[in-house]
Amino acid sequence: MKRVLVANRGAVARRVIRALRSLGLESVAVYSEADRGMPYLEEADAAVLIGPAPAAQSYLDAGALLRAARETGADAVHPGYGFLSENADFAQAAEAAGLLFIGPSPRWIRMLGHKTEARAAMKALGMPMAASSPVLGDDSAAARRAADELGYPLLIKPACGGGGIGMLPVFGPAEVASQWERAHAIATRSFGKADLYLEQLVAEPRHVEFQFLADRHGAVRCLYERDCSTQRRHQKVIEEAPAPGIARAEVEAMAAQLEGILGRLGYDVIGTVEMLYAPGSGFSFLEVNARLQVEHAVTEAVTGLDLVACQIRLAAGERMEAVVPERPALQGHAVEARVYAEDPVRFLPSPGVLRQFDPPHGEGVRIETGYAVGCRVSSHYDPLVAKVIAHGFTREAAIARLSGALSAFRIEGIKTNIPFIQQVLGDDGFRRGVVSTALAGRVIAQGAPGARAA
Amino acid sequence: MFKVETPVAGRVVAVTVTEGQRVAEGDCVAKVESMKMEIPVEAERAGVVKRVLVAEGVEVDEGQAMAELE
Repeated sequence: MKRVLVANRGAVARRVIRALRSLGLESVAVYSEADRGMPYLEEADAAVLIGPAPAAQSYLDAGALLRAARETGADAVHPGYGFLSENADFAQAAEAAGLLFIGPSPRWIRMLGHKTEARAAMKALGMPMAASSPVLGDDSAAARRAADELGYPLLIKPACGGGGIGMLPVFGPAEVASQWERAHAIATRSFGKADLYLEQLVAEPRHVEFQFLADRHGAVRCLYERDCSTQRRHQKVIEEAPAPGIARAEVEAMAAQLEGILGRLGYDVIGTVEMLYAPGSGFSFLEVNARLQVEHAVTEAVTGLDLVACQIRLAAGERMEAVVPERPALQGHAVEARVYAEDPVRFLPSPGVLRQFDPPHGEGVRIETGYAVGCRVSSHYDPLVAKVIAHGFTREAAIARLSGALSAFRIEGIKTNIPFIQQVLGDDGFRRGVVSTALAGRVIAQGAPGARAA
Repeated sequence: MFKVETPVAGRVVAVTVTEGQRVAEGDCVAKVESMKMEIPVEAERAGVVKRVLVAEGVEVDEGQAMAELE
């Protein structure tokens, strides 16, 4: 491996380019017509225009990406996250073109991307999970029978879906038929097919995920967990490591069990096992993401590792004992906020040109962004403008640093969700570590920023 | 006469009214895709669509008029 095509944009493209440089590898950036002025294009060793602004004609165009790799003499591809990072056809085409794919093999993508298949495989290996049905037919009568058998409340989920789209709750038998029809229509529209199944609903769960590295020789290592419970519409807003308020022994037992399960599966790439957690019932399986995640930086802060560099070295065939000989001790606490280009009250997207963009500096504060002043935050791509990661000896210290850094972040030209993040960081429950997926909604219901009595 | 304006910049993915159609307050006039979200553009008042000013696939700026109502 000498030269790697970075098949992505924004913060992750810049992050991968940096990791490649630290390893003495060359990087090839790609860009759409909308991204001509992005600062990381100059940080890469080469940059190739791959098409017009719409993602379907650029960052999702496998042909254009592979052409760029061939023309620049790249011998590997890093897909980042999002776009084609979990696309089995792209992984396969890259391998067929003789490129090393720094991501999951098509086999993993197909198995783990299909929710009921992944559940079946994991269940056979002893993974704890809520009871669920297999994929059920289009007919709601079969759904009703399966629902009665599982017991309420339930969730209807599309097996080929993602991002919480088409996922609907059912609180009693009377709701099955109507919710099934709604979910069916949404899944058909969003994913092209509606293979729905039922899963027992965990009320107000926490979202706790475990970070893994694996080599291509059978070694799997867990690098602690992250709590990502603060979400709005299934979109993560705040992530932290370690998870607050769960006994370390309970977390460590789960981590060890997962390490065993992935090892027996023959898992061989970077990945995250997403779990739900509820105080009474403990952990239950959600899904495996066989790629780098947006929130990897909080794990880097508390382990001192460069996860992206580790991912690249392991993908190239290096052994775990050479890359991460032992699990680093947990170092303090880290909290990350995702700064989105969106109205903090109505949560509408807010694309525009960054007239001012002045990220904060400070001890224990790290910024990951693909943008610079003068760049356009285009309506064609996701609204993530920057990630702000704060690290401290304690959770309180990390939260205080994050809040201070966000107050000092000068952004003009777009609206951002920073006021909303500050509201969450100031919330009593959040500060006490009492987090769940219901937290963001509760904070929003308490009122718009500035509208609350002092 | 008044105009229905999009609250966000993005690409028009659907125009859901036709000229001459009566719409109620809050009815969806068009859908704009922005930052991977689909935003309905709603009529702030009831009226009859006099002119549709955008077509599917067109890029629009924040505040741009989507339709004229009477």
